[in-house]
Amino acid sequence: MASSLVHTILSTIRIWAENLAGRWGIPPLFVSILAWIAAFVFVIVLVLLMVLLAVYLERKVSGYIQSRLGPMRVGPIGLFQTPMDALKILSKEDIVPRGADKIMHTIGPVFFFVAVVIGYVVIPWDHGAIAARVVDLNIGILLIVAVSSLGLLGIMVGGWGSNNKWSLLGAMRAVAQMISYEVALLLAIVCVVVQAGSMSLSVITADQSGTLLEWNILRWWLWPALLLYAIASIAESKRVPFDIPEAESELVAGYHTEYSGMKFGFFFLGEYAHLFIIALIGAVLFLGGWQSPLPASVADPIPGFVWLMGKALAIIVVTMWIRWTLPRLRVDQLMEFAWKGLVPLGFVAIMVTGLAVALGLGGGGM
Amino acid sequence: MSETAQAPLRTEDITVNVGPQHPSTHGVLRFVVTLEGETIRECVPHIGYLHSSLEKIAETLRFGQYITNTDRFDYLNGLGNELCYVQAVERLLGVEPPPRTQFIRTLMAELKRISSHLVYLGTYGNDTGAVTVFLHAFRERELLMNMFEAVTGGRLLYNYLRIGGLRNDLPTGFDEQVCSFLEHFPPRLEEMNDLLTKNRIFIARTRGVGLLTAEQALSYGVTGPTLRGCGVSYDMRKLRPYAAYDQVEFDVPTFPEGDCLARHLVRMEEMRQSLRIVRQLLDKMPDGEVQADVPRRLKPEPGEVYERVESPRGELGCYLVSDGSDKPYRMHWRGPSFYNLQALPEMVRGGLVADFIATLGSLDPVAPDIDR
Repeated sequence: MASSLVHTILSTIRIWAENLAGRWGIPPLFVSILAWIAAFVFVIVLVLLMVLLAVYLERKVSGYIQSRLGPMRVGPIGLFQTPMDALKILSKEDIVPRGADKIMHTIGPVFFFVAVVIGYVVIPWDHGAIAARVVDLNIGILLIVAVSSLGLLGIMVGGWGSNNKWSLLGAMRAVAQMISYEVALLLAIVCVVVQAGSMSLSVITADQSGTLLEWNILRWWLWPALLLYAIASIAESKRVPFDIPEAESELVAGYHTEYSGMKFGFFFLGEYAHLFIIALIGAVLFLGGWQSPLPASVADPIPGFVWLMGKALAIIVVTMWIRWTLPRLRVDQLMEFAWKGLVPLGFVAIMVTGLAVALGLGGGGM
Repeated sequence: MSETAQAPLRTEDITVNVGPQHPSTHGVLRFVVTLEGETIRECVPHIGYLHSSLEKIAETLRFGQYITNTDRFDYLNGLGNELCYVQAVERLLGVEPPPRTQFIRTLMAELKRISSHLVYLGTYGNDTGAVTVFLHAFRERELLMNMFEAVTGGRLLYNYLRIGGLRNDLPTGFDEQVCSFLEHFPPRLEEMNDLLTKNRIFIARTRGVGLLTAEQALSYGVTGPTLRGCGVSYDMRKLRPYAAYDQVEFDVPTFPEGDCLARHLVRMEEMRQSLRIVRQLLDKMPDGEVQADVPRRLKPEPGEVYERVESPRGELGCYLVSDGSDKPYRMHWRGPSFYNLQALPEMVRGGLVADFIATLGSLDPVAPDIDR
């Protein structure tokens, strides 16, 4: 069995904290709190690394599609371009427009970023012990959906507080779009939950254990849910063809028009972190999470953590491919598509899955 | 729920400035748009940011000196503007350029039309959210730019045409350059067509959007692909053939719908027709001189002339009045973008913000051509 990388890191942190506490005579409750803080720092670092990776990937993929090279100058094949841009954004002046609500303008991006990052705590990175994720909630998927809708509030507050009409229009669009597509997304997730019989992401992963054929993507009764998830998740991450909240050619930059420096950076980070978590959930729900596609008889030298990341990256590349190919929908077409197309499809998906589970085809975890 | 009757929610129209600094205004253009939610109530174009007094400047320059200024207003159609001006002066003087000159002028104007429509295609993709088309279109345009550079030495501003002729003949090897382009470009054009025009989202974004009836278009003086997208076959190249257009066969594409998609399809088809024209011109290109005999100091008889050519945006007109001196007494440009833009408020009223951008892009305006 490959060692659980994430597990090792997290337990090392815990042991280190306990040792330290023992030496200094700190009460155990305090140690737990410290361990939690350490775990959160771990998550944030992880998210930042992923965002750097995703941004670099976006630049390279778009370059490939547009017959150019993408970043090439900073570091080998442009690898340091994104870190350098991150440093640059930190040094930028923070401008608050005249007449803007300063408090709202500040908490908007932070709220958005935090809401997205919280979702990362329940992702099961690897097999084995509970510590392979930061928290093992039995309602993990529900937490992610609930918290990521809170991020909307950040967008709304930021757009409203900017004292800019484009920002306001962008924020309104974002709210309308994300609420509509959240419904569709939830309906897709419900299908997988019915199949696995649990809202815990580790149970959902375990439900797909065994051979490749057990993955949800190869269970035909989940195909409507898969289609639904694929579309709704792109809309949730506000990417082309559903990028109307930002719609560069229409709304300048949408809700973050008036943001600069690290405040903009938080929106930017949050967006890519959101993209990544959507891909991670997709990998967990449909691609067997951290599990290897190799048959059990073959010894798998690759840790589950890498498998999960690989699957998520594959999903991300597909969304980037879509982004750099398609035009943008119009706001009314977008809403029509959600309520007249996806939501009915969601009900069909639930019925199909429910029937399949009732007839004993699926329902491993029941 | 409280029982007290609540006052109905008060709503307010918002007024936004689209431009002068906005990603989709194609230069320095400004529109004051009144929105009710996302719906456009009113749209008022504010123009003049790029006014450069080109008409007044003409009165201070001798006829031959002004040519370099013509490149500068509709910068996507430099050689076409030169053609319009030079033909106006030639008619005033009664000079007939040699046949080879006429062919080369036509060839350059058609290549310029393809290049201008490629810019349209790229920016229109950008306006509707398909960013990639832009880079693909500009990659092909680069080949055309290389050709212009080989012939004229300039990539955007040429100063190539002369009264009664051309500055220089085509360079050696130019035929091969054009032939390789003719071979290489059509499949690429179809590829871009597949990528954008056949995309369902693109069709949904443009079909039935920015509607303009033929009557409205004619009453506003709209010309070019915008008018032909309303089903009116009006093309100066066919109606009043100038240069060598009477020597070549081509069709004038029209689509009756009058929406953004129709205008887009007209331009796509025009590129194919231009390729056809270029091919024929190369085959029939006569030999000979490229410069007619004209006096060193041009002093046309007193009189006036109005010369029209078909620019990629529509009917480009040049009105010249001579008082017998070596400078024009008055000159006026009919810039097609200016007239096409006048119909915009009519076309976008009641639409959504996204429709406004799609409609503006489909007019393919060039800001200095509006202001001159």
